[in-house]
Amino acid sequence: MTIAAAPPATDERVARTGLLRRLLVKPELGSLIGALLVFTFFAVLSDVFRSTSGVANWLDPASTIGIMAVAVALLMIGGQFDLSAGVTTGTAGLTTAILTTHYHLVLWVAMAVSLAVCLGIGFVNGYLVMRTRLPSFIITLGTFLMLQGLNLGLTKVITDTVSVGGISSEPYYETAHKIFASTITINGQPFEIAIVWWIVATVVASYVLLRTRFGNWIFAVGGDVNASRNVGVPARRTTITLFMGVSGAAWFVGTTQVIRLTSVQANSGFGLELTYIVAAVIGGCLLTGGFGSAVGASLGALIFGMTSQGIVYAGWDSDWFKFFLGAMLLLAVLSNQLVRRYAEQSRR
Amino acid sequence: MTAARPAGGDPLLELRNISKHFGSVIALKDISTTVRAGQVTCVLGDNGAGKSTLIKILSGVFAPDAGELLFDGAPAHFGSPRKALDAGIATVYQDLAMVPLMAVWRNFFLGSEPTKGWGPLRVFDRATARRVTRAELAGMGIDIRDTDQPVGTLSGGERQSVAIARAVHFGARLLILDEPTSALGVKQAGVVLRYIVQARERGLGVIFITHNPQHAYPVGDRFLILKRGRSLGDFAKSEISRDEMTQLMAGGTELEELGHELDRVAGDDPAMGAVAEQITAEAVAKGPDGPAVDGPAAPG
Ligand SMILES: Nc1ncnc2c1ncn2[C@@H]1O[C@H](COP(=O)(O)OP(=O)(O)OP(=O)(O)O)[C@@H](O)[C@H]1O
Ligand SMILES: [Mg+2]
Repeated sequence: MTIAAAPPATDERVARTGLLRRLLVKPELGSLIGALLVFTFFAVLSDVFRSTSGVANWLDPASTIGIMAVAVALLMIGGQFDLSAGVTTGTAGLTTAILTTHYHLVLWVAMAVSLAVCLGIGFVNGYLVMRTRLPSFIITLGTFLMLQGLNLGLTKVITDTVSVGGISSEPYYETAHKIFASTITINGQPFEIAIVWWIVATVVASYVLLRTRFGNWIFAVGGDVNASRNVGVPARRTTITLFMGVSGAAWFVGTTQVIRLTSVQANSGFGLELTYIVAAVIGGCLLTGGFGSAVGASLGALIFGMTSQGIVYAGWDSDWFKFFLGAMLLLAVLSNQLVRRYAEQSRR
Repeated sequence: MTAARPAGGDPLLELRNISKHFGSVIALKDISTTVRAGQVTCVLGDNGAGKSTLIKILSGVFAPDAGELLFDGAPAHFGSPRKALDAGIATVYQDLAMVPLMAVWRNFFLGSEPTKGWGPLRVFDRATARRVTRAELAGMGIDIRDTDQPVGTLSGGERQSVAIARAVHFGARLLILDEPTSALGVKQAGVVLRYIVQARERGLGVIFITHNPQHAYPVGDRFLILKRGRSLGDFAKSEISRDEMTQLMAGGTELEELGHELDRVAGDDPAMGAVAEQITAEAVAKGPDGPAVDGPAAPG
């Protein structure tokens, strides 16, 4: 009765998972193709776009969006949203600027306080989401509105205006400038140092996601939080850490902005939260969580940077930017959907 | 190796008048039993009887609303599944507790990832995870095509096998299996029963939930029978025969009624008539003493 076949060395059924399928289940594949297409498109249209100065120009917005998009992508893989991510960059810059220029704190101390404030915002977001089990969309919509009001209200109360400046005359500004806002000259063309930090953030996030146990927990809490809990994953700690990662990144980007521009508007960062989410989704993050990549989110930010500058170089009205972006988002979501169906297709 | 096992090792886990309710639903009321090291305790009962709720209390998912839990003789409060796991309690949940989009090997070690290296460079030891996963699954007679494939693409039985292999790998003191054989083929179900026996021989306590008396009776040492959240009895094997157990589980009279009802519905459909006959026969406890592991024995 028993068929005593020795297990074959290689499984004859493996042929079904071919190279194509393996490539297709990579979340960043779509955004890589998208980035290549966008680059080719604008490079053909405009010489400046592919010149060194052009590249430096579109890498700059890509870098600050990219640092945030990477952190937001990890959070989205963990199954959550953060609508307060944009205004938190404003909060970071405002806190640093007000504490130095109005309360005469040393720049480093002010930046440390600002970091603590931002991490506190992330902690509160994460704690409330885990505690109440309400959708993070609602919780962070609340903190988003509160922060927006606080940024404006407190700035007006303290400074009587809606912008804070004069940070460049503070002691230690030069050192901070070196870290956050200096440039690196390649081929006679200065590149913003934020580009380097962006690459570092992408590499670190990818490493954490794919090579550490914390990375395993991120995928798990995003995929099925109950199952993760039941096998002993510290779901609450993981989620709170992810929210704090986003607000920590917001501190970094907000600090970069205030150091670079030497002043900050009270409405700074408003509206950017959607940009980060769009970049992460273009990069292959599923809105339902449990799937996505840091590299993909970075490529999404790159597409963002290239499109925003490319439209200017092509000599079009910048109003077209939003249209392009929306189309890109739709395309990305549709192709993600197809890829995921294909990847999950089981024998029926 | 003699087949003689200690008739009762040390009590590993004692439940004293455990109760649990969800809002107004009383899921469990006054449940008591003892799980000994080297013994298999079977929990049997209808759908909705409270079996899964009971084992979720033991595995730290729920806290009991009343009653006491003793682990190694000391009062225990497993505030979370993590604490229960750390105490050596591993569970195969009825819903399997796996993340569909994650690879098989990532799921296998989820929450208990092996690491290598130091400090911030401490990383998930992926080579070990892949190797162990493949070996443990092979041990179950499951030859997964590719441990990198997402769990969501596995068949129901393969998924169940992965969850069982995982619990067997991590269960050091107590193994809890909630209907582990419901989706398995005859061969794999046999492997699971063998695993249960092996775990018992190694001195682990085992809690085994099943609807199949043919699976439960041969491997069980104690039988806790639940109905609508209450205990119908907690029997040692010597105190109950398989037929008595089957009848208690099914609620003999209800099954008999079903038999009659089907008889009426069947009319002159011979196939339906045969089913009705069989159910009636089972209800009056004339079930054939078929071989233990081969699933429901065919009549005749
Ligand atoms: N989280 C919950 N909230 C409310 N009611 C619940 C919850 N979990 C279980 N129940 C209820 O408790 C009762 C017992 O459920 P339980 O899952 O323990 O049954 P079971 O014996 O495992 O059934 P089955 O054989 O179908 O798996 C059911 O009536 C169920 O509706
Ligand atoms: Mg159940």
